[in-house]
Amino acid sequence: MSELLRFEDWSDPVPAAEREVVSRLPDEDRDRPPLLFVPGLGHGAWAFAEHWLAHAAGRGFPAHAVSPRPGGDLRAQAHDVVQVAASLPRQTVLIGHGTGARVVARALGRYPARAAVLVAPVLDGWAALGAALRSNPAGTVPALFGGRLRFSGRQLFGPDLPAGEAAAYLERIGARPRAELFARDDLPTPVGGPPTLVVGSPDDRVVPRPALDRAAARYGGAPLLFPGMGHYLMLETTWAEPIDAILDWLDKELPRA
Amino acid sequence: MQDSPDLGDRGGAVCVVGAGASGLTAIKNLRELGFAVDCYERETSVGGAWNWRHDRSPVYAGTHLISSRPLTEFPDFPMPDTWPDYPHHSQVLEYLERYAKHFGLGEHIWYGMEVTSIVPAGDGRWDVTIQSTGGGTSRVQRYAAVVIANGHNWAPVVPEIPGDFDGQVIHASAYKEPSRLRGRRVLVIGGGNTGCDIAVEAAQHATRVWHSTRRGYWYFPKYVGNRPADQVYHRRMSAWLRDRRFRRTAADLTRWGVPAPDHAPLESHPIVNGLLPHYLGHGRIEAVPDVTRWDGASVELSDGRRIEPELVITATGYRPRFDFLAPELLDIDEDGRPDLHLHAFARKHPTLAVVGLVQPSAGLFPLAHWQSVAVARWLRLRTTDPDKAAAVQKEESQRPLESWSRRRVVPTRRHWFEVDHVDYLKAVESLLNRMESIR
Repeated sequence: MSELLRFEDWSDPVPAAEREVVSRLPDEDRDRPPLLFVPGLGHGAWAFAEHWLAHAAGRGFPAHAVSPRPGGDLRAQAHDVVQVAASLPRQTVLIGHGTGARVVARALGRYPARAAVLVAPVLDGWAALGAALRSNPAGTVPALFGGRLRFSGRQLFGPDLPAGEAAAYLERIGARPRAELFARDDLPTPVGGPPTLVVGSPDDRVVPRPALDRAAARYGGAPLLFPGMGHYLMLETTWAEPIDAILDWLDKELPRA
Repeated sequence: MQDSPDLGDRGGAVCVVGAGASGLTAIKNLRELGFAVDCYERETSVGGAWNWRHDRSPVYAGTHLISSRPLTEFPDFPMPDTWPDYPHHSQVLEYLERYAKHFGLGEHIWYGMEVTSIVPAGDGRWDVTIQSTGGGTSRVQRYAAVVIANGHNWAPVVPEIPGDFDGQVIHASAYKEPSRLRGRRVLVIGGGNTGCDIAVEAAQHATRVWHSTRRGYWYFPKYVGNRPADQVYHRRMSAWLRDRRFRRTAADLTRWGVPAPDHAPLESHPIVNGLLPHYLGHGRIEAVPDVTRWDGASVELSDGRRIEPELVITATGYRPRFDFLAPELLDIDEDGRPDLHLHAFARKHPTLAVVGLVQPSAGLFPLAHWQSVAVARWLRLRTTDPDKAAAVQKEESQRPLESWSRRRVVPTRRHWFEVDHVDYLKAVESLLNRMESIR
């Protein structure tokens, strides 16, 4: 596909839509790039608002999370991410979780992010589908026929998360996956060559370890791993560890001028 | 860089002339490939022609884009999708200011500084003389490359019409507000986009309007049905079909006495103005032929008629000016027309380029972006892999002119830099691919 000739964007631009953006800003401007978190299938900006946004703001990063338009296809969701990123005052770090990482991967072809972080990325939908069928066949099979994807707590969270919390989160997570999220298309080359980090857990039952390795290799590195955690790293009891590691990496990659 | 170095050798840094849209995207794309950049801007803010505060800005209060948003925005920094299809010039300025802030370009720009001379210093390097706009001392800095982005819509071309005229004559660049037209008899000279826009504004405000055009053009509406017209033409389709679509929406205005076009619809820069036929049809604008001479209170036309306007606005365009360098560096001919590869690369000086010197059939910013990406990659390739760079240069020298330049373009100054949006991007893309491919 040509990067220069964008007939689809020229002749059929994605129309404007309401986008929910949740923001937590640091008390003072410490000259750190803004972060934009992108949720995946089944949850919204709220999942980052639970812990990560405030924590990142506490460490000096203006932190935002966007819920891409409901029912939008991958192109529309990537458009939403680029629109929000471009509306922020400075070059933005894109951080996508799950299928949101796939949206970020698409957005990276259209916006020169300051850096990118793919958290438990579902870049290869087939691998994720295989993993889901193995760990939760009853909840997954109906989705193959256009039904709702139902998750189990065991599938999404690590063993440390109290059952009550897991159940409460599970209430808010639900998805009717679009077929294209499980397609295997060529991801664009990121424009501007941003440093990219892949973060995940070897015990994630949604994104198997080999998929993490492949994702990291695609962006030229090895995944940063947090054993014992589930797919939703930002909701686990040990949520602080991965976000601190991500922010440390950003501090190292993007030193203050 | 210190505040006032003496002859400063800036090493591998690149000098960018001008911080308008083209200069900004040049800074961004050079920085993205790791170049140090010093940009010199004679004004005290970014935006170039789009900044109405600048003396040389040609915009007037009613200026809107004539290409729609998706065909106008930078390909990696979209305009807000809530903006109108054809944003106002003040929004374009806001967009450029946000682009500069977003990518931190301001810290590489020296405001109030004018480049007065660019001289080769041997070995592909350049001595650039910079002087503060208010006069004062000048200094010389040495750069590894120079990217000129000084715009081509600021030096007005004034028509030579014999005789004396008692009324007022202004160039379109001095026209800012429709209040100037109110209650007056107005003659607008020039059939380009500006001339048509001003004729329409005059139709809304003046008592009587004449619109003088020497040659006929094809006129395109801003909308076809409820879609911006350029979005309808820029579907993926064969060149033949696109040509056919163009022809079906293009109108000549011969019914109202405007001269017939002497070229096919795709052979010149489109005039985009849906309101001109509207006001011609309402009788608010009278089409008249070329002006042959001034005669006191009246103006003589080539058909022998005489009209008596109080105000004449000449929308007769602009010419490119590169006063700061020797014409042969850009192969500038006696008419002032530079001859550049892809309208961007100096043919004999591999470290000298011009960005934004094109008249595309859609928006300019995307082309300026890809031009500057190509320039940045080319400059990097020259340092990292000189053999490969030489091979690319040889291949490029064989690229046929007609593949990226409009072949049978109308031979007037206005059309020197005409390119077709799609054909031109295809040519730049193949240059980028040549530089990327490893053999």
